[in-house]
Amino acid sequence: MRPRTRQIPERPSLGEELLSAKAVRLTLGGRELLSGADVSVRSGEVLALLGPNGAGKSTLLSVLAGDLPPAAGTVLLRGRPLASYGTAELALHRALLPQSSALSFPFEVGEVVRMGRAPWAGTAAAAQDGPAVAEAMAATDCARFAGRPFTALSGGERARVALARVLAQRTPLLLLDEPTAALDLRHQELVLRVARERAAAGDAVVVVLHDLSLAAAYADRVVLLADGATVADGPVAGVLRGPLLSEVYGHPVEVLAHPRTGSPLVLPVRG
Amino acid sequence: MTATTAVEPGTAAPSAAPPRRSRAALLTTGLAVALVLSALLAAGVGAYRIPTGDILASAGHRLGLGGHPLGRVPESVLWNVRLPRVVLALLVGASLGCAGALMQGMFGNPLAEPGVIGVSSGGAVGAVGCIVLGLDSLGSWTVTVFAFATGLLTVFAVYAMSRSGGRTEVVTLVLTGVAVNAFCGALIGVFLFTADSAAINQVTFWQLGSLSQATWGKVLGVLPFALVGLVVAPLHARKLDLLALGERPARHLGVDVERMRLVLITVVALLTAAAVAVSGIIGFVGLVVPHLLRMAAGPGHRFLLPGSALGGALVLVAGDLAARTLAQPAELPLGVLTALIGSPFFFWLLRRTRTKQGGWA
Repeated sequence: MRPRTRQIPERPSLGEELLSAKAVRLTLGGRELLSGADVSVRSGEVLALLGPNGAGKSTLLSVLAGDLPPAAGTVLLRGRPLASYGTAELALHRALLPQSSALSFPFEVGEVVRMGRAPWAGTAAAAQDGPAVAEAMAATDCARFAGRPFTALSGGERARVALARVLAQRTPLLLLDEPTAALDLRHQELVLRVARERAAAGDAVVVVLHDLSLAAAYADRVVLLADGATVADGPVAGVLRGPLLSEVYGHPVEVLAHPRTGSPLVLPVRG
Repeated sequence: MTATTAVEPGTAAPSAAPPRRSRAALLTTGLAVALVLSALLAAGVGAYRIPTGDILASAGHRLGLGGHPLGRVPESVLWNVRLPRVVLALLVGASLGCAGALMQGMFGNPLAEPGVIGVSSGGAVGAVGCIVLGLDSLGSWTVTVFAFATGLLTVFAVYAMSRSGGRTEVVTLVLTGVAVNAFCGALIGVFLFTADSAAINQVTFWQLGSLSQATWGKVLGVLPFALVGLVVAPLHARKLDLLALGERPARHLGVDVERMRLVLITVVALLTAAAVAVSGIIGFVGLVVPHLLRMAAGPGHRFLLPGSALGGALVLVAGDLAARTLAQPAELPLGVLTALIGSPFFFWLLRRTRTKQGGWA
């Protein structure tokens, strides 16, 4: 391998539009998975991507990550077409937490988190490898089992280690695909608090969630997808409304205000 | 923050030092020492014994470092018979070990081995066809070159067939190997059906795997492929580590997965095809050695790739010594020996992996 020169990207200024996707369409295996999805995210905000199963949330995330080229529409990362980024360069701008994390060989947890630093190898930022790994492990509550093999962990522990790896990558754009799915109540809150902290520090966070109350509590803005298209985009109070959610999810939904804090609680109508 | 530029070197310095790393250093040293000792032993032991002191003296003399030449007979035995064989064992073993580690890393599976997925039998088809059809257009190199070419072809065929939708599944991989092995076996059967008994003898001998035909010529034939492989492979160690996360996460960390795969499959093909071409089928080295090292020092490829090369070299140098001394004056085929020891280990490995995974995905 030849030595390469790589530019460390500048930190985005607060409120800068980091990523924007417009009228994205994608067909895979004859099925139209995205049929006009719009989404954009600014630095400093947590954007929740919501929608029923099969709405295209993960597919959209793959498009935003640069895994799947859209058949139509534009995706811009920091004002430049996403497709113009090379694999190595893209890794300095965005990190993605996949829905499930597997590992072929029994690397230790510390080694797995350190893998998140790989894109920075040989740049000036490599000096922060140690602190970045330590901070990510502390934030996700997995420093305790740093020396254990990843393959010996429980599902919830694996999910947190995977998140720690993504945090250690320290990219200005974070894409999290259902980061709370395998976690207990305490760790769900912890993960979203971490997402908030990253946003407060100037990163842009896109998070796919199924728990609407969780989204209501932590997101700055919500994008609601249905059948591969964006049906609503706006602040929590504007999008998380009973009639809209009832229609999109195909089940009656009511939105109540928390008696003490006033934050919206989204509940399916039961019985 | 201002934008800065930096140069990425081929290998990045590791900053943490988990205990595994010191174990890896210890193992590397141990393997290297064991390799040198077993090579010296193998050069001295045989029907004509040469004391270690004499070997060093003769080597020193030839390298211009003092020492003295031996008598005509020991000098000839040492330099024309023993050393080419020891060096060939070393190169073939290093190639097989390194190729095995690469293969397992690339497929993210500890059961992947060049032999398991049919590379050896592919090489055998070329060699057997060549022997039976009496081809000699390239002189004494014909069998070697044919085995190399068909081995290479088989690697790429298996690679292409076992992938679907950009992924390689374990079951597909193993079944492709079964199919390719069966097909190669059938081709070999067709050749044997038409062969005379002299050719059948020669084929049988070739298939058992042996280094008894070692010459400096063969050493020089394998050397460039082994060198290229052993130099290129460790450059990808870090990326292979990332590949353990899966193809997509590896890509998100900046690895051009497709390109790396193509480079490494070519390296595997060159390493194994060259080894098979000069030595016949010597199985299980590439499977067992990386696996044992992974258990001892963890799965990091920075150690695993060079370690497997060292380990493979050690196993073959020691194995070949055993093969030619255990049943003296007769000689056991080396491939038979490695398979006798390797296949029960493979079986144990299958059971162990299956238990840990709770079944095949």
